[in-house]
Amino acid sequence: MSATILVVDRVSRHFGGIQAVDDVSFALKEGEIAALIGPNGAGKTTLVNMMTGVHHASEGHIRFQGRDVTGQRPFEAARRGIARTFQIVQPFPRMTVVENVAAGALFGGSHASVADAMAAAREQLEFMGLAAFADRPASALTLAGRKRLELAKSMAMQPKVLLLDEVNAGLNASEIDGALRLIRQIAERGVTILIIEHLMKVVLSLASRVLVLHHGQLIAEGSAHDIVQDKRVIEAYLGEKFARRVAAERAHG
Amino acid sequence: MMAGRLHYLVFAVWVLALATTPFWATNYVVRLAIMIAMYTSLTLSWNFIGGFTGYPSFSTAAFFGLGCYAGALSQRAGVPMVLAWAVATLFVGAFATALGAIILRLRGHYFAIGSIGVVEVVRLVVSSWGSFTGGGDGLNLPLLSGGPNAVARIFLAVMLVIMVVVFIVTVLVDRSRLGFGLRCIQQNEDAADMVGVDTTRYKVIAYTLSALFCGTVGAAYASWTGYIDTNDSFSMIMTIKVPVMCLLGGPGTVLGPVIGTAAFTLLEEVFWANFLDYNRAILGAVIVILIFFLPGGLLALSYRDVIARLARPLRRQKVST
Repeated sequence: MSATILVVDRVSRHFGGIQAVDDVSFALKEGEIAALIGPNGAGKTTLVNMMTGVHHASEGHIRFQGRDVTGQRPFEAARRGIARTFQIVQPFPRMTVVENVAAGALFGGSHASVADAMAAAREQLEFMGLAAFADRPASALTLAGRKRLELAKSMAMQPKVLLLDEVNAGLNASEIDGALRLIRQIAERGVTILIIEHLMKVVLSLASRVLVLHHGQLIAEGSAHDIVQDKRVIEAYLGEKFARRVAAERAHG
Repeated sequence: MMAGRLHYLVFAVWVLALATTPFWATNYVVRLAIMIAMYTSLTLSWNFIGGFTGYPSFSTAAFFGLGCYAGALSQRAGVPMVLAWAVATLFVGAFATALGAIILRLRGHYFAIGSIGVVEVVRLVVSSWGSFTGGGDGLNLPLLSGGPNAVARIFLAVMLVIMVVVFIVTVLVDRSRLGFGLRCIQQNEDAADMVGVDTTRYKVIAYTLSALFCGTVGAAYASWTGYIDTNDSFSMIMTIKVPVMCLLGGPGTVLGPVIGTAAFTLLEEVFWANFLDYNRAILGAVIVILIFFLPGGLLALSYRDVIARLARPLRRQKVST
């Protein structure tokens, strides 16, 4: 339906003798929610790091809006509109919540002055349901609050592509439901989202397309429905038990 | 953390107090006021890289010393005094930009060691290059006409002007995008990178700002004393004293470096006057204690808490009577 916005083209990356990502290709379509799953150490975070310029691909190319951005630096990725959240939250601990978000608006977004960025940050916090904490130090937030702050900070950068690296890890069930609602609302604003997740509940309820990484290779790609029945994916990641349960749920429902 | 009006008022009163010393104090105090103004400029400068950005730089003496020599050599080549100060400022700024692009790749302790190495390397180069810099003999500068009192007044004014300029630059940086970005780097450099701060450029700017006015101060100091040598210009004590002063007052704030410099200099005077033998040891102990118990500096103290605590025994007395 729509154009591709980010293309990963035969990308590899090795650290010394370890092949972290091996010849991976895929494309993100504008406005979609895609998921990247795979066991620990499969190379998911390395892939995200390459898309945001933290690491550079040993081979292959990354294109964003038709432009080759393989060698970009992190701040350039941020300004182009590729935002990310970290698996381990990375706030500015001694700044207030609103200042944290303003940093995103000021440097990654389009706001020229500190005052404009602060105003935009307050709006963003309203949207994220964090307005009550705006003037508290970021270090005073709970884990769920900090994850949400990460999201708010990324959103303040007005991204075109948002890479969410395990934003739900460590949250309880009701917090996850809140996060899911939020991610859907963000997608409705037209932001392309790639979620990196272990929680299949999140993946199945959000993603229209799933990419499966194993030992640095892309072993499957398709709709969530097809992926959970894929033999290789079951073997490498999901396990027989999970596959049977999903199949049973499908048969009933 | 933006400074309020109260902070600017405190600064204005302090400048006024220093500026009027020739009218109400001895020559010794006037000299002290010049040194305070000088060190305040150095500390405010250090604050850009060490306070706002959180990079523990020990290069102050290198910048100051190069400023001394750049100014002195320019003046000896016939450049008018004030122009020579400008030359020194620009030269030191350019030096810091080039150097920063190299050593700001280091982080934390490695940066600290790298920056302290710069002082020694520059000192050795200047002292070995005798044909150009006078080497161990030092350099003489043309003295200003007029008696020592008149000269002291002129240089008090000069140092105060530099101090006010650095303070204004600090206020501007504090409120700007640049200051915000530097604070982001100080708290979490990787996250700063991720929200779109061009960290390398910002760090080089901060390092350059931390050098620029050290160059001016150095050149003005050279003109004031009329003679410079390498040990005086590139002094290890200075390179350590300046960060300590800033930490004492409150790094990363606008007024902290000013307060820290004043407090440190006055403490130094008190101990110097009263304990001739042990003054350095006592001062060292005071620094250690202050840094242990006041990690955010004097400005981070909650004065309400202090007053409440001091008032408590008084109140108790009242109750018992």
